[in-house]
Amino acid sequence: MSRLTTLYDKIWDAHLVDEREDGTCLLYIDRHLIHEVTSPQAFEGLLNAGRKVRRPDLTLAVADHNVPTSDRSNGVDDDESRIQIETLDKNCADFGVELYGMDDIRQGICHVIGPEQGFTLPGTTMVCGDSHTATHGAFGCLAFGIGTSEVEHTLATQTMVQTKAKNMRVTVDGDLPLGVTAKDMVLAIIGAIGTAGGTGSVVEFAGAAIRNLSMEGRMTVCNMTIEGGARAGIVAPDETTFEYLKGRPKSPKGAAWESAVAYWKTLKTDDGASFDQEIALNASEIVPQVTWGTSPEDVLPITDVVPNPADESDPSRRTKMERSLTYMGLKPGTPLTDIKIDRMFIGSCTNSRIEDMRAAAEVARGRKVADHVDAMVVPGSGLVKEQAEQEGLDQIFIDAGFDWREPGCSMCLAMNADKLMPGERSASTSNRNFEGRQGPGGRTHLVSPAMAAAAAIAGHLTDIRELEAE
Amino acid sequence: MKKFETLTAVAAPLPLINVDTDMIIPARFLKTIKRTGLGKSLFYTLRYDEDGREREDFVLNKPAYKDAEILVTGSNFGCGSSREHAPWALDDFGIRCVIAPDFADIFYSNSFKNGILLIKLPQEDVDKLIEGAERGANATVTVDLENQEIKGPDGGVMSFDLDPFKKYCLLNGLDDIGLSLEKEDQILAFEEKHRAAQPWSY
Repeated sequence: MSRLTTLYDKIWDAHLVDEREDGTCLLYIDRHLIHEVTSPQAFEGLLNAGRKVRRPDLTLAVADHNVPTSDRSNGVDDDESRIQIETLDKNCADFGVELYGMDDIRQGICHVIGPEQGFTLPGTTMVCGDSHTATHGAFGCLAFGIGTSEVEHTLATQTMVQTKAKNMRVTVDGDLPLGVTAKDMVLAIIGAIGTAGGTGSVVEFAGAAIRNLSMEGRMTVCNMTIEGGARAGIVAPDETTFEYLKGRPKSPKGAAWESAVAYWKTLKTDDGASFDQEIALNASEIVPQVTWGTSPEDVLPITDVVPNPADESDPSRRTKMERSLTYMGLKPGTPLTDIKIDRMFIGSCTNSRIEDMRAAAEVARGRKVADHVDAMVVPGSGLVKEQAEQEGLDQIFIDAGFDWREPGCSMCLAMNADKLMPGERSASTSNRNFEGRQGPGGRTHLVSPAMAAAAAIAGHLTDIRELEAE
Repeated sequence: MKKFETLTAVAAPLPLINVDTDMIIPARFLKTIKRTGLGKSLFYTLRYDEDGREREDFVLNKPAYKDAEILVTGSNFGCGSSREHAPWALDDFGIRCVIAPDFADIFYSNSFKNGILLIKLPQEDVDKLIEGAERGANATVTVDLENQEIKGPDGGVMSFDLDPFKKYCLLNGLDDIGLSLEKEDQILAFEEKHRAAQPWSY
């Protein structure tokens, strides 16, 4: 009998080009997404060495991190940002790589457009010079975030050098209660395993609650795998996956589609395959989540209070907690729902897809953003924006006092003009609450899109379930 | 890539856990198309106050540690983003070696590709090195990659583990693109087989 293998093992084995005696492997890469921030030095390296892009046909480029989310018909004001974007344009033209330019409706956050175009496919390997590449794991695609040297390596060789990771499985069974979303689920998972809980592992997400998620929900879960320290997150493809991909511009067509689906159906972990680490959660026990500190693991149910460092026995963790609370300007014992916000951000590769827009608009409909709150909604791509506008979601947001903007990474990492001022506090649907992440001195509380919209309306962090009961 | 053989240098203590890549270098400094010049922005928020003046209490601003080439720090160093600007900033500042109980995966890989040696040690050994490093400039540490040994300021020796391929590349200053391109025949053969098995991927 053949060895029982996991989904990760199967995709790994199907892409192994070479293995050294010491375990260092060369893995073939089927898909490479590039963007303006982590690629210029890689192209410069190719030029200096006189190397070509080995497979431009497997490479797709888009500018997302740096682009303005305000009207961009007159170009980009910021000189450094403009130079990065122009450098990407030039490199793509010189090396023959397909690019969705700033005026292309398909432009958007790389982790939104890959799936949207059918560039992301089950059973493939993907890399991108961005840690949230884990997103594509939602399709049963083995997707790694890499640095610029590895971007250059992939451009030159269409492979990456890696050692095999450990297998970890997170099983979520049960039903998510009303008002509780994929974002709350992944925040609860990170709270349970910690920000380094997945280090050295590829995490497979399994169980009924994962199966019941839409592709958008699965992307949100896999997206934040990196916040648990894992190299990649992955979900076995199923009918939901195939339904999402069918008819996308870059998805296989006709007979190729049929044979692809037949193969994709074989992509699952064998019954009885062993994992190095297993975690189980019950979805029905998950309460809407909110972060209180400066690491995604600093997360609690919205019904809880700001924790007290005096209750932490580990000295390094206590020091970190004290530092976080000082930075966040919070006192132990404060109910999380008493925390007043100044800003709200709906967007990022975690939560900027059509389903996220719908969830937030549902909360915003017929309500008003609190007077003291500045709320911005940034769709993940030009196509998400167009669809939301066709559904009239933009008007719901605008009527409620939200700012409806152009697609990009925006205030998730504050590389463009969208940023928090020192001391400003935001309810954000993005993925990181690190010190200064959304602007120097800015204070971030990570939440789901519905919880963000609810906070903007209430003016403080709030339990979406109470708003829904009104 | 620069070779790493033996390094004798001042070690700076940074006893914080979960030092993330935004702390190592905030995103607003990534708007560059070069790898160089990032050292001045290393640990920007920890290093400078709101007016851009050096904070006297930050370790790398203290005279004793201005020339530190080794950093000793807490677990999960480098967590967060895949930005290679983090090791570029460390390298540009002059840090050639970081010692911690563990590191985030992508940062770990990125550092070795820039000639920076990352060493994982048990917490108690890291604690000892931090204690030694707190004595400042007179307490130098020697890192010997060939023998995988660290000599502390008082002559105590600790050994460390390292993946043999990473060690080989670092000792010889080899960039792995050249090594991988030597496998071109294997890559071509793989592509042919893969295209036949999964034609829709092409």
